Amino acid sequence: MTAVADALETVTGIESHLNPPPSYDLADHPVPHGREEIWRFTPLKRLRGLLDGEASDARLTWTTELPEGVTLREISAAEARELGELAPNDRPSALAVQNAGGAVLVDVASEVELSDDQPVVLRLHGESADDVVWGHLVLRVGAFAKATIVVVHTGSARYAATTSVLVGDGAQVNVLTLQDWDDDAVHLGRDAIKVGRDASVRHTAVSFGGDVVRLHANVEYAAPGGEAELLGLYFADAGQHLEHRLFADHNQPKTKSNVSYKGALQGQGAHTVWIGNVLIRKVAEGIETYEENRNLVLTDGCQADSVPNLEIETGEIEGAGHASTTARFDDEQLFYLRSRGVSESEARQLVLHGFFADLIRKAGVPSIADQLTQTVEAELAKNMLGSD
Amino acid sequence: MSTLEVKDLQVSVRTEDGPKEILKGVTLTIGDGETHAIMGPNGSGKSTLAYSIAGHPKYDITGGSVLLDGEDVLDMSVDERARAGLFLAMQYPVEVPGVSVANFLRTAKTAIDGEAPKLRTWVKDVNTALGNLDLDPTFSQRSVNEGFSGGEKKRHEIAQLELLDPKVAILDETDSGLDIDALKVVSEGVNRFRAKDGKGVLLITHYTRILRYIQPDFVHVFVAGRVAESGGAELAEELEANGYDKYVSALR
Repeated sequence: MTAVADALETVTGIESHLNPPPSYDLADHPVPHGREEIWRFTPLKRLRGLLDGEASDARLTWTTELPEGVTLREISAAEARELGELAPNDRPSALAVQNAGGAVLVDVASEVELSDDQPVVLRLHGESADDVVWGHLVLRVGAFAKATIVVVHTGSARYAATTSVLVGDGAQVNVLTLQDWDDDAVHLGRDAIKVGRDASVRHTAVSFGGDVVRLHANVEYAAPGGEAELLGLYFADAGQHLEHRLFADHNQPKTKSNVSYKGALQGQGAHTVWIGNVLIRKVAEGIETYEENRNLVLTDGCQADSVPNLEIETGEIEGAGHASTTARFDDEQLFYLRSRGVSESEARQLVLHGFFADLIRKAGVPSIADQLTQTVEAELAKNMLGSD
Repeated sequence: MSTLEVKDLQVSVRTEDGPKEILKGVTLTIGDGETHAIMGPNGSGKSTLAYSIAGHPKYDITGGSVLLDGEDVLDMSVDERARAGLFLAMQYPVEVPGVSVANFLRTAKTAIDGEAPKLRTWVKDVNTALGNLDLDPTFSQRSVNEGFSGGEKKRHEIAQLELLDPKVAILDETDSGLDIDALKVVSEGVNRFRAKDGKGVLLITHYTRILRYIQPDFVHVFVAGRVAESGGAELAEELEANGYDKYVSALR
C-alpha cells in the first residue's frame, strides 16, 4: 500500500476536523472566545451578546407569496426533528432551535411544478437591532417537485436562524436568500440542505446589508446522484463584516457540488470572509466537486479572507478542484477593453457590472434579478462617487 | 490616409533579474493602404512589437518613437491609441465574464466614434459583421470570449475590426490555431477591411499559410528583436522553402 493510501486509511471514519459534528446540545457548542477555527474571523463583540442566547419573543414580520401547491404552517421543534431536519452545527443555530419556540414549515408538495416566474417568496422584516430574534425554518420540497424559494431579509434585528432545506428525490430546487438589512443588523444564519436521490439544488446567498452577516450554506446528500450548486454574491462597504461559510459534505457516491462565490469590497474596514469546506468521505466514490471564490478589492482599507479547504478520504473520484482570487482589477481585462477605445473608468465599470451580472444570471431567479441588479448599481454608484 | 511609422523602437520588460531588452531598435513604416507581414521564429519579439504599439502596461519603452499620421502614439493612453485609429487583434483575447458581446461592441463603438451608434442600423451592422465571420446572431448574447473556441475568439476579433473600422490594424498571430475553413473566413474579413481606402495592416505570423489568403505588400523577417531583412511577397516564399535558420544562425 502506498504512503498516500495509508494516510487516507487513517482518516477513515473520523469526523471532518473543520466542521464540528451537528448537535442540538448547547454544551457541544460552547461560547466561543474568538480563537476557535470556526470563529476566528468573526468579530464577536459586534454580535452584541447574541451568542449569550437570551430568550426573546421578538419576531420578524413575515410577508409571504405562496403559489398553489405550497403551504406554510407552524410546527413544534420536535416535529421539525421528526421531519428529518439537519441538526445545528454551531452555537447560533443550536440557540435558534432552543429559543425559537417552534419552526415554520414551508411545504412544496410532491410533483408540484412551479414555473421560474412563480417563486415562493418569504419576506422577513425586522424593526430594530435592539430586538433579539430567533428563527427556525424548514423548507421541504417533495419528490419530483420543482420550485424556487426566495427569502428576503430587510430592516434590522439581531437575528440568528437555522434553516433546513429538505429536497425530495428527483426534485429541482432553487433557493435564494437576500440579505438586504439596514446598517446595524446582525445576522447569523445557517442553511443546511439535504439533497435527495438524483435531485438538484441551487442555493444562492446574496449579502449586501447589515453590520455583521455570517451565513453557513451546508449541503449533504441523502442518496447517490444528487447535485448542488452553491452560489454567492456579496458587496461589503466600509465597516461591514460579511462572512460566508460553505460546507459540501460528500457523504454519498456519485454526487456533485459546485461552489461559486463572488464579492466586492470598498471602504475602510470592509471585511469579507469566505470559507469553502469540502469533505469527500470514503464512501463518496465517483463524486465531482469544484469551488471558487473571487474577490474584487475596489479601495484601500479592505480585507478579504478566502480559505478553500478540501478533505479527501477517497481518491476514486471524478474531480475535485478549487480556486480563490482576491485582487484589484484584472489588468488584462482592462487592457483588452481599453484597446477597443473604452476609457479606463468605463472599462472598470464594465468589468464590475459583468462580475455581478454573471452571478445574478446564474442564480436564475428572474423575478428578483432586476432588484439585485439595481442594488448592485446603487453600491457601484457609491464607489464611483468616491473615486476617480 | 494613414501612415504608421515605427522608428528605432526599443522595448524592455521587467523581470526578476531586472529589465530585459526585447526590441532592439525596430524601424518600419506602414504607408497608406499597405499590408506588411512580420514573420519570425518564436521568441523573436513579434508579439512584443504588437503589444508595445497598443500600449500594454507590461512593456517599458526605452527608446524610439511610434507615429500615427504624425501623432506620437507613445504619448497616448491605451484607449487614446484605439480612438486615434489603432486596432490590435490579439492572439489570446481576454474573457470578460458577464459582459455580453453586444454590450461590449456597442460600448467600444461609442467610445471610438465619440457618439452612440444609431440603434436602427447598429443591430443590423452587428449581425452582418458577425454573419460575415460565420458567427450566429445569438453569439452577441454570450459573454465576451467566455467559453469561446479558439476559432470563435479569432473570428470575434476580426468582426470587431470590421465594426470599429480603425486606420491601422495589427493582427497578432490571428492565424494560430485556426483550421483551414476558419482561416479562410478570417482572411476574407481582413481582405474586406483592406479593400477600403487607406487602411494599413501589420500582420504578424509565424507561418506563411495565411499569406496565401492575405497578399502582403511587404514582408519583414523579424529575428532577435529587430528586422533582419525586408522584401516583397517573394520573401515569404523563400521563408517557406528555407525557414528561419539562416537568420538565426547568423546571430550565433
